[in-house]
Amino acid sequence: MKNSLIVAKIKNGTVIDHIPAGKALKVLKILGISGEEGYRVAIVMNVESKKIGKKDIVKIENKYLSKQELDLIALVAPVATINVIKDYNVVEKYKVTLPSTIKGLIKCPNPTCISRKHNEVAVSEFIVKNVNPVILECMYCKTRVYGEEIEKYLEA
Amino acid sequence: MLSILDFSRNDLEYLFSVTDIMEKYLSEKRKLNLLEGYIVSLVFLEPSTRTMYSFQTATYRLGGKALVFSSTEATSIAKGENYADTIRMLDSYSDVLVIRSKYEGTAKYAAEIAEHPVINAGDGRHEHPTQAMIDLYTMYKLFGGIDGLTIGILGDLKYARTIASLLYGLTRFKPKMVYLISPSILRLRDEVRDTINELNLPYKEVSDIYEVIGELDVLYVTRIQKERYPDPMEYEKVKNLYKVTPELLKHAKKDLKILHPLPKVDEIDPRVDETEHAAYFYQASLGVPLRMALLALVTGVWR
Repeated sequence: MKNSLIVAKIKNGTVIDHIPAGKALKVLKILGISGEEGYRVAIVMNVESKKIGKKDIVKIENKYLSKQELDLIALVAPVATINVIKDYNVVEKYKVTLPSTIKGLIKCPNPTCISRKHNEVAVSEFIVKNVNPVILECMYCKTRVYGEEIEKYLEA
Repeated sequence: MLSILDFSRNDLEYLFSVTDIMEKYLSEKRKLNLLEGYIVSLVFLEPSTRTMYSFQTATYRLGGKALVFSSTEATSIAKGENYADTIRMLDSYSDVLVIRSKYEGTAKYAAEIAEHPVINAGDGRHEHPTQAMIDLYTMYKLFGGIDGLTIGILGDLKYARTIASLLYGLTRFKPKMVYLISPSILRLRDEVRDTINELNLPYKEVSDIYEVIGELDVLYVTRIQKERYPDPMEYEKVKNLYKVTPELLKHAKKDLKILHPLPKVDEIDPRVDETEHAAYFYQASLGVPLRMALLALVTGVWR
């Protein structure tokens, strides 16, 4: 495996494979991993993939995430696969699937949406109208966010 | 009651049948005590006269009391209180909240916070469902139903909030055709177009009212606001193309009815008011009985 030349296998943790080339940092952002948490994280970008041409891979050592948390990365990496690693073995493997609603995480593009109003407790919430390409609809004002646009509205 | 999309055809028809009864009570000057002991909070975070007075009148006619929290001057909102706290306070004082705001989604937000029912009285450009119910009820009264009608909607289709709700409401019926008549820069917003596409409303977008005027049973007019046009010259040009005049109506069916959510400014020539076509004052008069029916239904006093 060419990839193993770049980054060694991890003993325990999570490997996210088949991320579209260049999206690895977005994936980490969605997972809320900034690097300051102290996990050892390997990011491999723009490597060859049989399935999708070029891809990114993220390996997070000693960190397990819930399926709900991981499914959100489908927003930018719709065909990503999750490998849960324990003692160098893949103990679980699955493809991410976008949930039917997404709470928080994405800022509504409409500046007069109540979810954007200063000082209110409204948390943005979107219905997933379509999965591929992704189309989200704000549950407050019905403004839609389409495909690639979503990245622009990811909350820091 | 946040969006007209929460209502099925059956729900709307039931609402209309209760409105019929309220109209009858009003015409008989019957004293009602359906909402006796109830307090209705009218939370108008954005100025409005017509909608607010109409809800207030509906409350009084049902024997209830209205608590008016209007405009944001001289209130706690002006002191920096957020909407959530205002809503919580009014919710603890009253039995139902009617809310108007310039922020889209405020009514839904209020409904998440409040224990009592919330009625959306207009949230930004998003929806104004009670107006759309009045519009649909007017058509139902004038034509005995909405199925089969050819309806033209004229003016600012992009920002007029009554338009989205009216179109969503029309998807619950089977109009023959809906013509969306506007200058190209004031066409429907994407989310409204996507929604009516998904709900299979038959519609066509046209720029010239003369193309379709002869086919229409209903012409629904909204105002094109000057502020929408960066160039006043452009505004002057389109203004007259979308104005309803006696000359235009020469091409109309004899029983065409014109609706308008009011207030109107100069988009309808005052000479039209005198014609058989003008149905907007009648339409406005249905606001009170319809809102009476709605208040009676959401509070559960009408079963």
